[in-house]
Amino acid sequence: MNSFIPRLELRDQNSTIMNFMSPVLAIILTLATSAIIFLIMGFNPIQTLYVFFVSPISTLSGLSELLVKAIPLALIGTGLAFCFKNKIYNIGAEGQLTMGAIFGGGVAIYFYDSNAYWLLTMILIAGSIGGVLWALIPAYLKIKFNTNEILTSLMLVYISLYILDYLVVGPWKDPLGFSYPKSRPFSEAGRLPIIFNGYRVHAGLYVMLTLVFLSWFIFSKTLIGFKLKVSGHSSMASRFAGFNQNYLIYLGFGVCGAFAGLAGIMEVSGPIGLLYRDISPNYGFTAIIVAFMGRLHPFGILLSSLIIALTYLGAEDAQLFLQIPSAVGFVFQGLILFYLLGSEILIKYRLKFI
Amino acid sequence: MINFELIIGVIEIVMIATTPLVFASIGELVTEKSGVLNLGIEGIMLVGAVMAFITLVTTGSYIIAFGISLLSGVLMSVLFAFFVLILMSNQIATGLSLTIFGIGLSSMLGKEFIGIPIEGLNPWYLVILSFLIVFLVSYFLNKTKNGLVLRAVGESHTSAHALGYNVILVRFLSIIFGGSMCALAGFYISICYAPMWQEGMTAGRGWIALAIVVFATWKPRNVLIGAYIFGGVTIIQMNLQAIGLRLPAQLFSMAPYVVTLIVLVIISSNQLRIKLSAPASLTIPFYKGR
Repeated sequence: MNSFIPRLELRDQNSTIMNFMSPVLAIILTLATSAIIFLIMGFNPIQTLYVFFVSPISTLSGLSELLVKAIPLALIGTGLAFCFKNKIYNIGAEGQLTMGAIFGGGVAIYFYDSNAYWLLTMILIAGSIGGVLWALIPAYLKIKFNTNEILTSLMLVYISLYILDYLVVGPWKDPLGFSYPKSRPFSEAGRLPIIFNGYRVHAGLYVMLTLVFLSWFIFSKTLIGFKLKVSGHSSMASRFAGFNQNYLIYLGFGVCGAFAGLAGIMEVSGPIGLLYRDISPNYGFTAIIVAFMGRLHPFGILLSSLIIALTYLGAEDAQLFLQIPSAVGFVFQGLILFYLLGSEILIKYRLKFI
Repeated sequence: MINFELIIGVIEIVMIATTPLVFASIGELVTEKSGVLNLGIEGIMLVGAVMAFITLVTTGSYIIAFGISLLSGVLMSVLFAFFVLILMSNQIATGLSLTIFGIGLSSMLGKEFIGIPIEGLNPWYLVILSFLIVFLVSYFLNKTKNGLVLRAVGESHTSAHALGYNVILVRFLSIIFGGSMCALAGFYISICYAPMWQEGMTAGRGWIALAIVVFATWKPRNVLIGAYIFGGVTIIQMNLQAIGLRLPAQLFSMAPYVVTLIVLVIISSNQLRIKLSAPASLTIPFYKGR
């Protein structure tokens, strides 16, 4: 009777194969579910999936757009890994990204008529500082007052968005911009250079790849990476080993803030070129999915950032060619994370059909 | 001479603005009491709001809209419950994905319903209902045997299981109750409070509800106090904005979030109180073994 309902049995050891296979399984299940959703909505599922996941990257400019979207996602995702590995749930990366854009953008707007060679470097540094400062607030509150970092980092997202809104309709509004709430365009020296003429992918790609590689090095080859791992597995073991918990929390938030701030300012000084309200299509939140999907491993995160970037492009194309609301991209992102978390059970447990 | 009419008017407005926070936080409180943290509140609220609105526009019936909205909340919670209880997935990440999923699903479904005018439902039925539910939950958790079982499951699922209680079932029902309350909050927002549909119209109330549960130190009656503080701040900032003080409007708009932050810090700084009141098994999955 019962033999059709599988039972869960604890594995002696975590399965290495399932560790790599669970993201693949999640993607397959997401594709199957989305095909069903499209069918219900009255679209040809095969054709729709093609528009969603294949045609956006079948041209060179499509590939360039994929990289443009993957840059902030991979960068923030890697930064989040510094927190998540230690089981610190910083989910306010969107706010840290916004603050980075504000700090860096402030420098760019202040020097709007300058063509100094150091301007871009200054802008990028200011951007990372903005992100770090914003991220250190929840870290400080957690350490000093034991405040839940999920809620504080999230409240700070809303606050940062209002600050940006105030700046672009108020003091930083473009005097020549009529009534549209946006800042002056940055000077040429304040813009990230593009890599290939005619495509939008910019030098931020190099910055992102360097930092992803550096993070991999930190995680796998240094004592800091080891401490983060131990502390995430068992905070008690970590304390007995004499690792400074508070230092690890500050470090996680600080690195994540720097990466998110950098992602924000690179977005603004790269493809956008000025400050306005909607600088990020939820990159900071989506990067959480990227981080989990990459199993908190920098190279895994790099790979999953490409996959998630594709859901953005696919959603835009689906809206353009099939009149499917682009919000369907978020539905996919939610589904991928669901399936991913669900399939993780197979890492620790095996199914028994007896 | 004190202007009583004005005072009563302000109290009425505050009550109307606060009610969705009461629903969402009392629901989340029950879920957390059973040891499950559901970060999907915002997503469930949005889906509840859009389903209520779509149903009302297509059928014209408040009752059916109410039912469908609740049903959508139940379905969203079943999804969440399946993942965190059966598949034992990380509750924080699963809740976040539920929110992302809900944001996407609600914008997708509601795309063609933006800007359609409807006749709003009188909010007072639900305002009264919100008080009733808080007192019922308070009675249930503190005075009934099942309430005690629910709390026991949240404190130590291993002991509750050893005593023969069905941990998974208790948590499943608590999650469903929490989800229905969130959907009810969504129904209230799109049908009573601001009779319309707009993408992301819950504006972070789900997250504030989570903060209210911490503020209330997991006690049902304190939920009312917490929710009314936040509702009051929202209304005061709106009124100050309307009076036209020479300060940027964004400063007022961010006030509820800043207040939430400050209140959280004050409440959490008493570490002992948080430790004593938070359910001990919160976010820890339960595995029965063989």
